[in-house]
Amino acid sequence: MVSKVLTANRLSDGISVWLDAAGNWVEQLQDAFVARHAEAVTALEATGKQAFDDNKVVDANVVDVEEVNGTLRPLRMRERIRAEGPSIPYAAGYNGLSGPKHAA
Amino acid sequence: MYRYDEFDHAFVSSRVEQFRDQVERRLSGELAEDAFKPLRLMNGVYLQLHAYMLRVAIPYGTLSSRQMRMLAHIARKYDRGYGHFTTRQNIQYNWPRLSDTPDILDELASVEMHALQTSGNCIRNVTADHFAGAAADEVADPRPYAEILRQWSSVHPEFSFLPRKFKIAVTGAERDRAAIQVHDIGLHLKKDEDGRIGFAVYVGGGQGRTPMIAKKIRDFLPEEDLLSYTTAIMRVYNLHGRRDNKYKARIKILVHETGAEELSRQVEVEFAALKDTELKLPEVDIQAISTYFAPPALENRAEGWESLARWKKTDPEFARWVQQNVQPHKHPDYGMVTISLKPIGGIPGDASDAQMDAVADIAEEYAFDEIRVSHEQNLILPHVALADLEPVYRALVASGLATANAGLITDIIACPGLDYCALANARSIPVAQEISTRFGSPERQAEIGELKIKISGCINACGHHHVGHIGLLGVEKKGAELYQITLGGSGDENTSIGEIIGRGFEPEKVTDAVETIVDTYLGLRRDGQETFLEAYRRVGPQPFKDALYGSAQEAA
Repeated sequence: MVSKVLTANRLSDGISVWLDAAGNWVEQLQDAFVARHAEAVTALEATGKQAFDDNKVVDANVVDVEEVNGTLRPLRMRERIRAEGPSIPYAAGYNGLSGPKHAA
Repeated sequence: MYRYDEFDHAFVSSRVEQFRDQVERRLSGELAEDAFKPLRLMNGVYLQLHAYMLRVAIPYGTLSSRQMRMLAHIARKYDRGYGHFTTRQNIQYNWPRLSDTPDILDELASVEMHALQTSGNCIRNVTADHFAGAAADEVADPRPYAEILRQWSSVHPEFSFLPRKFKIAVTGAERDRAAIQVHDIGLHLKKDEDGRIGFAVYVGGGQGRTPMIAKKIRDFLPEEDLLSYTTAIMRVYNLHGRRDNKYKARIKILVHETGAEELSRQVEVEFAALKDTELKLPEVDIQAISTYFAPPALENRAEGWESLARWKKTDPEFARWVQQNVQPHKHPDYGMVTISLKPIGGIPGDASDAQMDAVADIAEEYAFDEIRVSHEQNLILPHVALADLEPVYRALVASGLATANAGLITDIIACPGLDYCALANARSIPVAQEISTRFGSPERQAEIGELKIKISGCINACGHHHVGHIGLLGVEKKGAELYQITLGGSGDENTSIGEIIGRGFEPEKVTDAVETIVDTYLGLRRDGQETFLEAYRRVGPQPFKDALYGSAQEAA
């Protein structure tokens, strides 16, 4: 079956997050827990619903990924862009992703 | 420009405090997402791919320097150092924290701004000609009427839960620079034979998945009937608009299914009942609002003619910028300056905090403190003396804001697309960047002349692709991006919806396809004066189809 990860947006700041194996919401797709069989996917879905109900995250979804040379890659471009950020540099003057206020 | 009165201040402040309480309750878990979502949307807060997005209203695109500085401050303090000016004359921030949004709205309120009705099924920001109050060809300034509509429609209890969102645009000239025929209601300010001010009223235009050109249902509506007639339209729509199907809920579908004649009849019935009620606009009220929009005291600055000619002779880059980005003002010693937010290879509509501050400074020093946002995602200084054009240009150059491409092929409208938007199916910005880079040479752009490219990353058409001379629509096909091309669209007084030219193009081929279209046009135009749109309307799609696909393949 297709491997899957659980992703959402954090309630407080909306930043895209993924669920890791320890049950934490992390900002890097590569740290995500990968479900490789149906039971694990069911568990992810339940975890996503619980985190939504607990007001930790919004828009929780299980998405398809593939593993290429040990790197996770979402199958849909939408999810790849969510994981990697906009595919473009920002407006002139922008100082990079890790500004003091929004350090990852 | 309009200044808040005590009621406005109290109202906006109370909404900020109300929203602060709602956000606190949401973050504490007291409010669930299902309950909170409509509340945050009413305050302009969306959830996009990477983060929340805050859309701030800029009524009819008019800003003061003080307000622009606040937009820069918000970009710097609460976002990632930039903002995105939109086709609805608003600004969007792509990275605000939900927990910061009450503070952002509080800061906006301090300069008489807010984010109300930038989302939801209500009457959205009323847009207007970005040259309002300055254009030589206007009958009257459309902004007082836009402001009257704004006040009337703000949290209007009857029209806060419409079948779908509702957009009104007003233009004050025969030359339509507000794209009124692709709005739910389009108002064209005009005078009748007795010299009275009124409006031609268009209804049921729109883009999205079902593009429609609005129908004119009134040739002349006296100005005092603006609110009663608009209310009549809204009532007919509110009653009969399709609430059963989101995709058929806009008034354009109602107009289409009912027929303009019958819809007009229903509106007239409502109007007859409303005409002589409290909705009738007293002349004194129109005058009072108009006073806020009185033009600045423009002194004669005839010395500018000589100095302008001299500067143009010594600096060809400056001359090119004046030629392309400065339009004649109603006062002969002044011009209307377009500040391009379309640097070659850049992101259409984006401006950094430093650029916003720079525009505020320039407007304060040289342009009577007035700035506009155009629906083509540029900024405008509506009143600049010809004598001041050179220092304005130098200041813009220093901030990377002097691209001389207004109305040219690199002046591209693009929605945020899949780089930001949760609804998008394909990216828009990188496509715009590649086309801009390909055609970036000033000489080549000048040779091509007026050509409007508009790009949307999904069928919702925020990038106005239906009315692009060349329109690009990004779709997802088998998990990959594909771009459909439409030709012959236009959003002016001769509005037309572009025609799909054939099968779509992969991202790596779409710029080549655009180049093929442009080269075909250059090869068949009558002379250098015939624009792309004129040529397309003369010859139709076939030469372009042949060039893109080959005549045999298209026939098959």
